[in-house]
Amino acid sequence: MSLSHNFPSYFHIKVDREICRKCKRCTNHCSYNALSFNGEQIVSDDSKCVSCQRCVAMCPSGAIRIEKNDSYLPPHGNYTQRIRNIIWSQSGNGGVLLSATGNDRPIRSIFDDLLLDACQVTNPSIDPLRETIETKVFFGRKPKKIVFSEDLEDPNNISLKTEFMPNFEIDSPIMIGHMSLGSISYNACMAIYQAAKKLNILAGSGEGGLHQDFYEYGPNIITEIASGRFGVDINYLQNAAGIEIKIGQGAKPGHGGHLPGEKVNSLISQTRMIPKGSDALSPYPHHDIYSIEDLAQLISALKEATRYTVPIGVKIAAVHNSAPIAVGIVRGGADFLTIDGFRGGTGAAPRIIRDHAGIPIELAIAAVDSRLREENLRDEVTLVAGGSIRYSADLIKAIALGADVGMCCMPVLIAMGCRVCQQCFRGLCSWGIATQQEYLVKRLDIDVARNRIINLFHSWNEELKEVLGAMGIDSVESLRSNRDRLRYIGPNPKIADILGVKHAGE
Amino acid sequence: MKWNNYTSLVEKFRNQRVFDGCGISGYINLDKKRDNGEQIIDMLSILSERENGLGAGFAGYGIYPKYKEYYALHLLIDDEDSKENLIRYLGDFGNIIQSEPIPTKIPPNVNNPPITWRIFYEPKHKESISDDAQMVRLIMKLNDTFDGVFVISSGKNMGVFKGNGWSHEIADFYQIKDYKAYMWLAHSRFPTNTPGWWGGAHPFNLLGTSVVHNGEITSYGTNMRYLESFGYKCTLFTDTEVIAYLFDLLIRKQKIPIPITTIALAPPLFTTIENMEQKYQIALKNIRATYRSAMLNGPFSIVVGLNYPKPTLIGLSDRKKLRPLVAAISNDENSVFLSSEEASFKRLKLCEDYNFKRIWHPKSGTAIIAQVGKGLLRDGRESPFEKINLKVEGTIGG
Amino acid sequence: MIENIKIEYRKENSAEFEINAAPNGNPLNYKILNEKIYQIIKKGYTKVVLNNVCGQRFIGASLQGQLKIEINGLPGNDLGIFMDGPEIIVNGNSEDQIGNTMNNGKIIIHGDGGDVIGLSARGGKIYVKKDVGYRVGIHIKEFEHKFPVLLIGGTAKDFLGEYMAGGLIIVLGLEFKSDGTVSESKYPICGEGLGTGIHRGKIILRTVEDLGSRLGVGAKVYDLKKETEKTIKPYIKEFCDTFKINPDIINLKPYQIVKPISKRPFGGNFCGNLI
Repeated sequence: MSLSHNFPSYFHIKVDREICRKCKRCTNHCSYNALSFNGEQIVSDDSKCVSCQRCVAMCPSGAIRIEKNDSYLPPHGNYTQRIRNIIWSQSGNGGVLLSATGNDRPIRSIFDDLLLDACQVTNPSIDPLRETIETKVFFGRKPKKIVFSEDLEDPNNISLKTEFMPNFEIDSPIMIGHMSLGSISYNACMAIYQAAKKLNILAGSGEGGLHQDFYEYGPNIITEIASGRFGVDINYLQNAAGIEIKIGQGAKPGHGGHLPGEKVNSLISQTRMIPKGSDALSPYPHHDIYSIEDLAQLISALKEATRYTVPIGVKIAAVHNSAPIAVGIVRGGADFLTIDGFRGGTGAAPRIIRDHAGIPIELAIAAVDSRLREENLRDEVTLVAGGSIRYSADLIKAIALGADVGMCCMPVLIAMGCRVCQQCFRGLCSWGIATQQEYLVKRLDIDVARNRIINLFHSWNEELKEVLGAMGIDSVESLRSNRDRLRYIGPNPKIADILGVKHAGE
Repeated sequence: MKWNNYTSLVEKFRNQRVFDGCGISGYINLDKKRDNGEQIIDMLSILSERENGLGAGFAGYGIYPKYKEYYALHLLIDDEDSKENLIRYLGDFGNIIQSEPIPTKIPPNVNNPPITWRIFYEPKHKESISDDAQMVRLIMKLNDTFDGVFVISSGKNMGVFKGNGWSHEIADFYQIKDYKAYMWLAHSRFPTNTPGWWGGAHPFNLLGTSVVHNGEITSYGTNMRYLESFGYKCTLFTDTEVIAYLFDLLIRKQKIPIPITTIALAPPLFTTIENMEQKYQIALKNIRATYRSAMLNGPFSIVVGLNYPKPTLIGLSDRKKLRPLVAAISNDENSVFLSSEEASFKRLKLCEDYNFKRIWHPKSGTAIIAQVGKGLLRDGRESPFEKINLKVEGTIGG
Repeated sequence: MIENIKIEYRKENSAEFEINAAPNGNPLNYKILNEKIYQIIKKGYTKVVLNNVCGQRFIGASLQGQLKIEINGLPGNDLGIFMDGPEIIVNGNSEDQIGNTMNNGKIIIHGDGGDVIGLSARGGKIYVKKDVGYRVGIHIKEFEHKFPVLLIGGTAKDFLGEYMAGGLIIVLGLEFKSDGTVSESKYPICGEGLGTGIHRGKIILRTVEDLGSRLGVGAKVYDLKKETEKTIKPYIKEFCDTFKINPDIINLKPYQIVKPISKRPFGGNFCGNLI
């Protein structure tokens, strides 16, 4: 008899047999095979349960509860269950551990340590329900100054001389981050793009190309050029609001991507322009970018390819030296710059990188914004920041620290039904979001999902206006980099220094 | 008057924002005819309900015709040593044409009055950098790091007189009545916290730009960080300082026409812009996008004096009209007046039998612009490009 | 953004147009040169001859359709990037990254090619007469009727066909002397890291060298089967015709073929247990 090294399950599925009608709906809906019917009753295999909660939601009698199975391990404050599970898992299979979503370590959020200002007496607050508060953002590169020629004899004769770079308008400073068709389902993509169009905000295509059906949403989509160049052709380049060269991603800075061949069905094949069943590997670096001047070359190439009609940007993961890198990128000609913090999400990334590489987005925004200002480049470029913008408070604080636009993905997935079970890379998402399996994908109703995203961001925008009103600001550009309206209450004054924010009470 | 804190804030209030409510006034004679300071004192002191005795000041343009070629540095100095240091320092970078006290009437029993000094100055001319830019650098350096000295104004043929006291006291102290100017700005102050200091009173000045301001800019942090990109040091922690620098940046450095500058600082709402014809939309959207960090938010009314490109008086309020501003023009149409309250004009009528052709309230976020030799260019009731013949020669997106 | 570009349309009745890329010896900025090409094509010309080209980048970027661009001189990086159809002929050497992410078309180099040729190309042909540099054919793909072919007359350096995801690379290992004669190259047919991470497609090398020690992870070498050899014949013929090479010399050596060990070379490297 061999010793079992299977580690204990995280969850325990509790089926109340008193009220279970044995309709087997739960077994049909469980895509992880944790529930089955043995002829007499519903039985569970706790080791397969990921607590995606699909069975709980689908049970017509409310007979199922998922409980945490945590009573059996001898407690240890250092060798936590998490650490022990990592060791058991690796000693079982010898591989690099995969994970999904963003960093799950309980690291203190700096956003939560920031407080917002509000008006009292010396200036009036504004009522957003009755007065105009503007949230429009221009996306693209701006000139350092506008050149006018003025007739000194007749000061009313004014000519505007500047030739402007392409810019487009969005109605809220919000971008739904890059999630490719492949990492998420067709229905999820469609819901996101429809919502982005309706709200006139932005959505990212991810690096997997753009399916023909999504071309009509192009004016609200930033397409991505990653190291794999999947689905990149001239139509892809010219049918986008903007093009982003993806250097890195917050969840896996310095890492490539890998969509296994079994997920490359005919839909993905058409979109990525690779044969069915073929692995889609994104090399770790771009092999035409080994240095900053090579990045400038690719930026220029994309501008040439699109005849200077589309803003070209660059996305980097927030890493230790983000600030000087950002300066190089802007000098290299990028019209917008996206920074993705270390809590940023992923459909699949090595756990070791997701959990340990990069820096928090709050610090990265502050450092990049400040450094760009030192070089007098900040106002020329649009700065997009993401990597765990969870709700409107984070968005507002990111803007006040210096971002033009806040980018997020997880709130969108959660709005569509995601329960954050963090198994996206297995392609078995029972909610039809992070999967390519037809029977699962059709569980996600596009109309419902779209409306929930629209509602979510409508409420964020209204909350943004509430805060602007309370601060006596009637346009979001006057919040941008207005660190004077933030105060820090966290435990580490050094953070306040780096953020350029005073401590509460100062 | 408060006879302390001349050149810097007291330590414990360093790095703190100063908030104040205020009365502001100003006028310009469009023929450049010079008046002594009596009218401006009358206009300001009637607004005494708007001040609390913790700061006032005046700016006069055209007061030094004899030295009009030179930068007139108005200085507050703590002691003789600081003065000697300063004069030595300035000597290294240019020529001191004249160095003399600003005449004052110090009341009896004052132990420690400031040294009020003026220096007519000419920087060494350089190929690589304009005189103006050299002066800006010098003033930023002096006010940021030079102990015991504060430059309160630096323009040519103009000067600022300010201090910590009631407006009538400051007028009396500097003997404003004895100066003759074609444009006057004045300010009386109601700061929220007591440790007002002399340098922190209005007007705020940089070269030929002077600003008096009522209200509080809620976009202060955004504006400040924008200006820092261009090398300005916002050390005074008041929003009026950033307004002065924004005018300097846009009008002097970037050569943006004055009407466009006022649009950039208080732009129309997008809902207004979107109803305009195409070329105005292109211009306004690009102005808003490019100068998004220069836009002033929150309640304000300001009166600005410029001597570049031509002597000009500007009045502007925020686009929600949260602070007051009234305008008037004289019967002979040679003088344009601005004030927080119409009472200023009434007072001139009462005391000096002055007659106005017209008194009016400008629109919110819309500038009044009166320029020497050009008259009242804009009365503040126009739509953004009314009267302007705008040509858009650049194109969008390549 | 482009200054006023004055173009004199000299040959009114011809579909061919010549551009001097360095008037008075001063090479044009690439933006201006490419804008000229773009304008000329818009006018309906189908062949453009560029003279005195000197390092200008992005020539032919994203151009579509039946066009021909002949280049006399040295084109800069990213020649034919995102190109979709046209034919580019370079009478001389090229710089790096030619045919980057190319979708369709043909690039012919009558000389040496640089590094990273055909990066991520999905289709089209790239024929280089002489030697090429590092990372040639990296991550080339294939899709439906699109099938990229890279044919190198000389030798290649390290990382040939790295990450390869489809298509065909052929290296002949010939040396072209200045007197016009052709012989076997004295240099190795390719360098280290041959086919590292290859998961689809073929690399065919005309050599008897032992390639085993140079193979990268995921690649394996086989002798070329006769029927496969037949499939590459048309490319070899086209190559010989293009560069006026007597095909007899090609038959003097056998081919070896490098193919992926599996479609998922690193599939077992990751595991996704619930932590």
